Amino acid sequence: MSTPADTMKSGPRGRSRGTRTVIAVLYAVAVPVVLIVAWLIWAGVSPQIFFPSPIAIAEAFVNTWLGPSLTNDVIPSLARLGVAIVLAITIGIAAGTVIGLTPWLRELLEPVLEFFRAIPPPVLIPVFTLLMGITTSMKLAVIVAGAFWPVLLNTIDGVRSTDSVMTETAQSFRLTRAERLRYLVLPSAAPRIMTGVRQTLSIALIMMVISEMFNTSSGLGYRIVYFQRNYLIAEMWSGIVLLGLVGVFLAAVFTFVERRVLRWYHGIKETERA
Amino acid sequence: MPDTLLEVHQLKKVYETASGPVEAIGDISFDMRQGELVCIVGPSGCGKTTLLKCIAGLLKPTAGTIRLADRPVTGPPESMALVFQEYGRSLYPWLTVRGNVELPLRHQKMDAAQRSRLVDDALEAVGLEHAGRSYPWQLSGGMQQRVAIARAVAYHPEVLIMDEPFAAVDAQTRADLEDLVRALHIERGMSILFVTHDIDESVYLGERVIVLSTSPTWVQDDIAIDLAPERDQITTRALPRFTELRTHVYEQIQRAKRGEAVRPQA
Repeated sequence: MSTPADTMKSGPRGRSRGTRTVIAVLYAVAVPVVLIVAWLIWAGVSPQIFFPSPIAIAEAFVNTWLGPSLTNDVIPSLARLGVAIVLAITIGIAAGTVIGLTPWLRELLEPVLEFFRAIPPPVLIPVFTLLMGITTSMKLAVIVAGAFWPVLLNTIDGVRSTDSVMTETAQSFRLTRAERLRYLVLPSAAPRIMTGVRQTLSIALIMMVISEMFNTSSGLGYRIVYFQRNYLIAEMWSGIVLLGLVGVFLAAVFTFVERRVLRWYHGIKETERA
Repeated sequence: MPDTLLEVHQLKKVYETASGPVEAIGDISFDMRQGELVCIVGPSGCGKTTLLKCIAGLLKPTAGTIRLADRPVTGPPESMALVFQEYGRSLYPWLTVRGNVELPLRHQKMDAAQRSRLVDDALEAVGLEHAGRSYPWQLSGGMQQRVAIARAVAYHPEVLIMDEPFAAVDAQTRADLEDLVRALHIERGMSILFVTHDIDESVYLGERVIVLSTSPTWVQDDIAIDLAPERDQITTRALPRFTELRTHVYEQIQRAKRGEAVRPQA
């Protein structure tokens, strides 16, 4: 809660807040800048065929990914990734809620789930290729099947650990089943679910790339392998940079959403620390 | 007895545990009239919470019956509201104060304006009309318990059940909250069943104090508190009659702890 002292601080000394932001930005970009400069110098002093200079990679990035490849490879890949993430999260939360709230189902499925979770997701690709052929649905299925586990398992755990007093409160006020789900079970499981979503996002990105490395002729993963096979080294690196940027973008969206969904959770944490 | 609201008849609760059955409640019978404020007090571990959970329909008694407004209690009754000791775990931290108070009204048949009026009225009754948009965790413990009370008030229950609601707040806040409970009882005519382990609190608040024995529990004494309905933290507690009653309840509890009381023959 804000006290008079807090509001005073941002009044006469309002500039200090701006200065703090600038300093924070400087801290954040300092290491990347140093790394890129060091790389530039190194590339100038002793050129390496497999490590082209950052300038060459930047040029390759613009020429490769902002040309026809944008519509042929980048957008279809990212669209598949987006759809697959939405599917993985939806299926994970829905199935996790049902399993978490049904004790007999949970006991029945737990060993099986542990087994399937332990399988490294990329080995699903040959199986799904056999079953579905080399299609968009196959790629989607591979991403979803590899990525929905963290959301599923975290939802199961989150849903079953609803606080007993909160549950008794809901019972005594005779909340309906739908109300309990909407206002008690899901919000109270939300911190766990978000932990799962974070893992799901990074697995989904990995699965998207891998699903495009076999038997295909388009997509980000395919392009990177293609450049490598044709010794287009700067182009290959620019693809890796692009994937890194996609990962950073996903993380930023996640943080944005999480801050909103779990505002109460972070609020409690801050109150406890104070 | 006229206007019996709550009727507990030969209630018995036995827990099945790994080391054999544990008899938490032996045999409890009492009645509560419409508009009464009854305090239940007993030594710690005497099964007060078990009794409340049975009355609230959250636990199934092993034997005996509970009737609320002439209907047997088999699950959580429609016209009963609970205030728990653990306010931090009974309010939902993801909902605002207003959202918490409104939640039990959502499935009731009324339009939004009426629901909003009930919430405003309840928040005003507990002195939190300004805090509707805050979250429970932004409030002090005493204010959080006020939110829980507001939620119960807005629900318009026939009986309000409070399970050691002020055990976790400081003495100052506690006195304020006790006066709030008295005010709700006097001004709104609410029927309140108030469980506490605090003897002074039970005498100050109640019109009747029911003393429970140690486990397996039965009703050891049922004392009418003949103090004036208008009570005050300073003057009421200074009355000789208050001291007498408190001493009486205290002695009953001591007897209960020593196990001297004789179990009634059912």
